[in-house]
Amino acid sequence: MPQTKIISQAPHLHRNTSVVRSMTCVLIALIPAFAVAVCNFGIGALIVTAVSVAACVLFEWLGCRFLLHKPSSISDLSAVVTGVLLAFNLPSNMPVYQIILGAAVAIGIGKLTFGGIGNNPFNPALVGRVFMLISFPGRMTSWPLAGQFTAYTDAVTGATPLYYIKGMIQGYGVNMNDLPRIDDMLLGSMPGCIGEVSAVALVLGLVILLATRTITWHIPVSVIGTVAVISTALYFINPDLFINPVYHLLSGGLLLGSIFMATDYTTSPMTHKGMVIYGIGIGCLTMVIRLFGSYPEGMSFAILIMNAFVPLIDKGVHSKRFSKI
Amino acid sequence: MSRTFAIGGVDIKDYKLSCNKAIETLPSPALAFFPLSQHIGAPAVPVVAVGDSVKVGTLIARGESVMSASIHSSVCGVVKKIDAVQSVNGTNVPAIVIESSGDAEEWESEIDRSADVISECALSAEQIVDRIRNAGIVGLGGACFPTHVKLVPPKDCKIDSLIINGVECEPFLTADHRLMLEHSAEIVVGIEILKKALDVNIAYLGIESNKKDAIVLYDRLFSGRKDIKVVKLKKKYPQGGEKQLIDAVLGRRVPNPPALPANVGVVVENVATVYAVYQAVQKNHPLIDRVVTVSGTDVQNPCNLLVRLGTPVSQLIEKAGGVPQDTAKILHGGPMMGKVIQSTDIAVTKGTGGIVMLTVEQSKRKPEMNCVRCAKCVEACPMGLEPYLLARCAKEQNWDYAAECGIMSCIECGCCQSTCPSMRPLLDWVRYTKSKVGAIIRERNNKK
Repeated sequence: MPQTKIISQAPHLHRNTSVVRSMTCVLIALIPAFAVAVCNFGIGALIVTAVSVAACVLFEWLGCRFLLHKPSSISDLSAVVTGVLLAFNLPSNMPVYQIILGAAVAIGIGKLTFGGIGNNPFNPALVGRVFMLISFPGRMTSWPLAGQFTAYTDAVTGATPLYYIKGMIQGYGVNMNDLPRIDDMLLGSMPGCIGEVSAVALVLGLVILLATRTITWHIPVSVIGTVAVISTALYFINPDLFINPVYHLLSGGLLLGSIFMATDYTTSPMTHKGMVIYGIGIGCLTMVIRLFGSYPEGMSFAILIMNAFVPLIDKGVHSKRFSKI
Repeated sequence: MSRTFAIGGVDIKDYKLSCNKAIETLPSPALAFFPLSQHIGAPAVPVVAVGDSVKVGTLIARGESVMSASIHSSVCGVVKKIDAVQSVNGTNVPAIVIESSGDAEEWESEIDRSADVISECALSAEQIVDRIRNAGIVGLGGACFPTHVKLVPPKDCKIDSLIINGVECEPFLTADHRLMLEHSAEIVVGIEILKKALDVNIAYLGIESNKKDAIVLYDRLFSGRKDIKVVKLKKKYPQGGEKQLIDAVLGRRVPNPPALPANVGVVVENVATVYAVYQAVQKNHPLIDRVVTVSGTDVQNPCNLLVRLGTPVSQLIEKAGGVPQDTAKILHGGPMMGKVIQSTDIAVTKGTGGIVMLTVEQSKRKPEMNCVRCAKCVEACPMGLEPYLLARCAKEQNWDYAAECGIMSCIECGCCQSTCPSMRPLLDWVRYTKSKVGAIIRERNNKK
């Protein structure tokens, strides 16, 4: 009489979802933005991304092996995603040693300090980016102009549309005729961080993430929606002081941040209602920083601040119970 | 347009390997085992003694309290012993063991064994419920709730709809599907009988879209009728769950336990139960056999068998071509909610809907990783719970918070665990917490 060999409780089938699969989907969704980046910023985009990914993976391996004393978690691809996202949030002329320092902070302080994947309260790539923004303010706030294929650290830099937005409000003389055209902003030929410039590529990434069910619509839609509502309202109140809302939506890290950074599993809420609250918070904070803060861009800070609220949101906001609807 | 329930659920591969295999009759066993507790409620009380002769259909144990069900012999022979046998759970339970007397089967005389379909039923509602009680019918979808109890709802509940569960959302299982196709006339009569017993004007038959042939067949049978309708449902697990089915068909939500479907005016019966009701009421045929699917990806001959209750599972497996070489788990029921059986000596009971054999590859759980807080478990939970939080309550032994977060309304469907990308055994933790919280609640109630 045959005996069963494995005894466990139901369910006995798994849907073959995995962390590696989710991370792979994120990486695939980032390909369009990367392709645009290489077309616009040439060799600089390649170098910065390669260095960032290599450094993040290396630090993850070193940290797991020698500090946490546990099997390395590089095979789950989360360090690769962190590396790509960190690079996408940097200008394409960052020197190699600065990227390596940023990667060390992202993986070391942002992730491994808290126990590795799943335990970090803040988005690791953004921890690295904000560290670099504070440490290397000059490099981090000058962006190479698009179209310099062979230039790296020697690229000619220019201002992003957000600089003009700030200029309008704070009244320092900016020539609004220098603003990039809307079609350039859609395709990404304007100065900016590597991965943030092309709205079309990023929205294509969103479609991939939604189609593969890697993320749900709640966070990106609530962030972008909030920014759209606030900027449109302000534009109608005073069009001389506040710019056309389309510029707010297409410039800076709004799309990259709301689609790829704010949706980071670990640092976002667990319920759909919580996700919407979190998204609205990010949208509001971004607009406050963009309009009234001293930095031209506020996406990174907005996401990190809302990351800190996630435990509170999860404590207070629960999913709709079946019997209570 | 196909409907479905509003929150949660997962799309899981259905593996309906035996959906085109006609029901075959398995010969009666030489030795049949009848556990006294094959239903929810008090065990049945034996009315035979060792050495008594019984026919096919003879009452051998009576359900004496209201919440119980009678058991009838499925073979003709002699009571060999009344002793402990292994149950599905691996524990030993009291059972009546009957040794078959061989080929010449003698049936109880009042049982109508002809194949004619009798559509007329002149009995009153009370008489129908009586026949169902005497036939020992329980919910054959797996829960084994005594049917006669369901048919007499609490006085303060007005039942307005009957829902027939033809969903069969568990992967591999096709027993209900085949029954719907091969015994449609009997099932239609069974639905009429249940409508009469409950005094309701409308019945719905819920079928998932992966059983197109059944949908077409019943659409034709019910065409032009307003009092009985087919509801085409989108394929989504766990739609066969009573609460999910009521939500999908009528959009009504059953409140938390101790509320019953009757509280929202609904009674749900499985198609296999409907067939058993027909047999009992029209043919005096007690519940002595049922259709069981034997399946698995490596099984030589996945099949649907009409099996006498009490037949050892080993005989079913033999009919399906034996246990495949690298089988690691043999399941009683489907792979989402079924239990691993530790021996193939256990007998088919009223709740056996399928025997599924899984390979080593399918059986092994993959290594558990950290929770990445992806929220997929929250999204998958059809009861709107937060499985990650409930699992954490288990580790922190925070029973009060688990109760506050609604752990007692978990239906243990397994959606959370089967969808977790970090392979965390969420339902194991939730079950553990549920047992702890349930014990505390019972203790508090006793003190009151």
